[in-house]
Amino acid sequence: MSGFFKSSIGRKYAMALSAFFLMFFLLQHFAINILSVISPDAFNEASHFMGTFWAVQYVLQPVLIFGVIYHFVMGFILEAKNRSARVKTYAKNNGAANSSWMSRNMIYSGLAILAFLVLHFIDFWIPEINTKFIAGDMTGLLPNGEGFRYYEELAHKFENPLRVGAYVIAFIFLSLHLMHGFSSAFQSAGASSMRKEKLQLFAKVYSIFIPLGFIFIALFHHFNHH
Amino acid sequence: MNLTLKIWRQSNAQDKGKMVDYKVTEISEHMSFLEMMDVLNEQLINKGEEPVAFDHDCREGICGMCSMFINGEAHGPDRGVTTCQLHMRMFKDGDTITIEPFRAKAFPVIKDLVVDRSSFDRIQHAGGYISVNTSGNTQDANGIPISKHAADEAMDAATCIGCGACVASCKNASAMLFVGAKVSQYALLPQGQVEAVDRVQNMVAQMDLEGFGNCTNTGACEVECPKGISLENIARMNREFLSANVKS
Ligand code: HEM
Ligand code: SF4
Ligand code: FES
Repeated sequence: MSGFFKSSIGRKYAMALSAFFLMFFLLQHFAINILSVISPDAFNEASHFMGTFWAVQYVLQPVLIFGVIYHFVMGFILEAKNRSARVKTYAKNNGAANSSWMSRNMIYSGLAILAFLVLHFIDFWIPEINTKFIAGDMTGLLPNGEGFRYYEELAHKFENPLRVGAYVIAFIFLSLHLMHGFSSAFQSAGASSMRKEKLQLFAKVYSIFIPLGFIFIALFHHFNHH
Repeated sequence: MNLTLKIWRQSNAQDKGKMVDYKVTEISEHMSFLEMMDVLNEQLINKGEEPVAFDHDCREGICGMCSMFINGEAHGPDRGVTTCQLHMRMFKDGDTITIEPFRAKAFPVIKDLVVDRSSFDRIQHAGGYISVNTSGNTQDANGIPISKHAADEAMDAATCIGCGACVASCKNASAMLFVGAKVSQYALLPQGQVEAVDRVQNMVAQMDLEGFGNCTNTGACEVECPKGISLENIARMNREFLSANVKS
């Protein structure tokens, strides 16, 4: 296998693998977030479990961080390589005649997601790390000790219309990224045409409904607490 | 038809090159695109100017020599045809047509619209063949049972004429449709099995060495390919490549 991940096709596999992991992560993230709409208690329980269970914190979380960083760093590397494969560009290039807008602009939809992830990091993740590992409060309770803090924090975050607006825009870009990306990952992984139609339908449904679901959650909390 | 042509002119590989405007008149809609170029060149020769250099050979869609990026698409706006099979009826009187060479770092311009596609030859040399003992005792290929499905798919892959439209169309200048077809035509047949592991590894290594970009599955190649080579061939090459790397 030496040199596999340096080859063009090896990198396609690696990109697809990191993408599949991200798709799985996004789905479980959605499953937990949607609980906040259905039942604040269930959302609190699930958040507390995810936030304190060792396998999630010390196995899945590092894998996720590596997966995200690998994905966008490799995305940038491939983009740079692909640009350098055509030094002189066309005076007239009708890309719309043969490919989707999403497929031609993965780097831009990706950059929009990256910008969102930075915001998300500052917004949710750093305070979380701060509470749990710096302040050492692993109880997951509100400062007054009356119940879990997770639902309150979430609801509070979505009061700010600017934040909600940023979420909505980011998830539109995520949807665009996945509309090409998810079925692309199946192709990269070598799925044959017999299976591909069903996989592509699944990918389309996922790419539209999961981001839409996240948008719904943000809007739900925004309008429910005003 | 009267047309305005915007054509890339470059006198040699070192020249910087530029787009130049030309007018052609009384073009019949029954002409092929190359015949229209012939009319232009006759006009230029009569004026004592340098004719536009372009590649062509068979002029019937089988050799893969003709190229040209016409109005932003390889082999022009029609589907499933090479430039030599493109008819002028695809255009309207008064149209402006932009004509550029196929562009990729691995396809350097030699002159005007002629590019050097020998990178494809080097990929083929790296593994796009089978070794057959031709001592006279060769087994008749028809004596080897092959499923109809595999035979059809191999034949479809083998229709690739190596024109390079896939590379020219791809936003990444990736050669994976071409290489996928050349790997697949053997991967699907029993005769191709013996050298399967080396073939895909060596061809992909050569492809990477030539400076083609990386496929991101936009599908532009499949749409612009004059022979309708399917993306399925890229997926098959990926599978072949993975299994070859596991085996070796
Ligand atoms: C963090 C910022 C991100 C950047 C800069 C980025 C960039 C890219 C780029 C440039 C590609 C095209 C490369 C290729 O197809 O070979 C790509 C593919 C992809 N991305 Fe992202 N991306 C980001 C985040 C995400 C996220 C969060 C997800 C999913 C939750 C995701 C899912 C995908 C998928 C499914 C593919 C297709 C992979 C394949 O074709 O094999 N990306 N990304
Ligand atoms: S795959 Fe199609 S476009 Fe590419 S070289 Fe072969 S015939 Fe030409
Ligand atoms: S000249 Fe032979 S394919 Fe066009």
